[in-house]
Amino acid sequence: MIGLISYLAFFATMAGILAIAVLGLNLQWGYTGLFNGGVVAFFGAGAYGTMILGARPDPMLLGGFDLPWIVAFAGGILLAGLVAWVVGALTLRLRHDYLAIATFGVAVALESVVRNAQWLTGGARGMRGFPRPFEAAVGDTFLYGLVFLALVMFVLALVYVGLQRLVSAPYGRLLRAIREDEEAARSLGKNPARLRLQAFVIGSMIMGASGGLYVSYTAFISPQDMAPILTFQIWAMLIVGGAGNNRGALLGAFLIWAVWTASGFALARLAPTDWQLYSGSIQYILIGAVIVAMLLWRPQGLLPERLSIRHTETAASARTTSKGVT
Amino acid sequence: MIQALLDGILTGAIISLGAIGLTMVMHILRFANFAYAETLAIGAYVALVADRLFSALVPVFDAALAPLTLSVSLLLALVVAMAVAGASAVVIDRLIFARIRARADALSMVFASFGVALILRNVISLIFGHHPQLYSQDIAMARVLSLDPLILIKPDQVFVLMAALVLMAAFHLVLTRTTFGYALRAVAENPALAQVSGVNLKRMIVAVWLIGGGLSAAAGVFYTLTNQLTPMLGHTFLLPVFAATIVGGIGSVYGAVLGGFIVGIASGLSLMVLPSGYTPAMPFLLILAVLLIRPQGLFGEDVR
Repeated sequence: MIGLISYLAFFATMAGILAIAVLGLNLQWGYTGLFNGGVVAFFGAGAYGTMILGARPDPMLLGGFDLPWIVAFAGGILLAGLVAWVVGALTLRLRHDYLAIATFGVAVALESVVRNAQWLTGGARGMRGFPRPFEAAVGDTFLYGLVFLALVMFVLALVYVGLQRLVSAPYGRLLRAIREDEEAARSLGKNPARLRLQAFVIGSMIMGASGGLYVSYTAFISPQDMAPILTFQIWAMLIVGGAGNNRGALLGAFLIWAVWTASGFALARLAPTDWQLYSGSIQYILIGAVIVAMLLWRPQGLLPERLSIRHTETAASARTTSKGVT
Repeated sequence: MIQALLDGILTGAIISLGAIGLTMVMHILRFANFAYAETLAIGAYVALVADRLFSALVPVFDAALAPLTLSVSLLLALVVAMAVAGASAVVIDRLIFARIRARADALSMVFASFGVALILRNVISLIFGHHPQLYSQDIAMARVLSLDPLILIKPDQVFVLMAALVLMAAFHLVLTRTTFGYALRAVAENPALAQVSGVNLKRMIVAVWLIGGGLSAAAGVFYTLTNQLTPMLGHTFLLPVFAATIVGGIGSVYGAVLGGFIVGIASGLSLMVLPSGYTPAMPFLLILAVLLIRPQGLFGEDVR
């Protein structure tokens, strides 16, 4: 029984951590229409940032400053925001796919840095020895799993409520306006480039928070955690749940994580031994197929974006009048 | 220094070949195609199969053309690979991109290409395995060009450079000397106007995928001729090829060629200051530098 509960807690913790990243992506893609091809870069920046600041000192490494957890966590989030600001400031005024390429590029570049900068990140060996928040106070492993789950759910709720308020405020309408018609927004005196940069940086910092929580949970990080597949998983979660709908983003995160875990189990149990080496590939194909199939057949996701009825009615009548004039 | 430059030029030629098609697709269909580099891998693996097939059918073809490790059957396989990779690019466009293009915006295409790349790469892994493969087990001996400074070059590398240049020159002639090339440039310049003038846009899109896929396949085969082949080939080349198009300016074929050499040489030279593990990050630094100094690239015009 305790085994089952602690497994469920583990599952929910991981899904919750990933759901935070999906919410961050939803702000970028769902509400603002920005394609982030390197989610893992911002997740990784948050994770490594938190680790380097908060880990116990290690004579082999520059990092390990042993700062209080909350400071390290904030530092990781800021690092993710900084990376996003550099990439965004350079690309967001250009054609939309520059951002896609640059974010993909920053993920490749950061992965090669964490793999090679032995003095900073421990290279391929990774880093360990992270004092987990409240661990000393709780003591018991089983109980700690539940406490950490509560922490993740708390952060998730905080991000969710914050984003809900942000996107239902006039600011959210502004972001959607830029997504739908940049020229119109510009003609109303709005500055699309700046708003896009804000949304991009905020979304990336949320991904950084997700990475920071991940490393706080595992107390270990290696370049393996920055493998490109994470970007694909987060994207699949968002497109399945429904871009532009924060509840959809949550649903997608838990659903896809469940499918991913279950398919991993099934392959480990059922696939013949000489196929085990390739079970990763089969799972990757599954994720790719989910993304492509959703785009082909249900691009709005399970829970589509909901615009208020008044809004759509006015939009429809506006279309008819403009047609009448021409 | 000279050795690094030489290796950089060689990689550059391969990147250039891959970037030509990408820059055309990005300009005409207006989306960053993340699945594009997988055609390098498709080409390289098709050539692997075709090479074995030809060698088995006509054993005479298996003999290496000294001093190269290249055999007649591999040359034939190259042609097959170019055709198959081009055709597969057309098929993928028909099955997926064309359908998304019909009703969604360009960013959905970018997104879809992301998924397609993941599927292609892992299907290749399933079919051929993760382990590295080679076209020829013969050991290619490097020739010493000079002892001080030590400069080594393999005959295969010279062949690859020459062949890449020949392909690019051939494409240049097609672009500038034929009606087809003229139509292609017209579509790239202004698709709407080209259609009004009687250019069949759909047919041109097919042609772009065929040419781009074919040139990429050649790039993949050339790379494998001098290196090992793994399913990660496409992933490895994705960022360099994108960097080449951005450095050259999206839409400019000559920009892509020049950009490819710049990316290759910069990566080669970076080995003199940085450990080789950092090489994958080089194209990203180049992209950042270009976006800072000249966002439209060397020959590009539209960036917004």
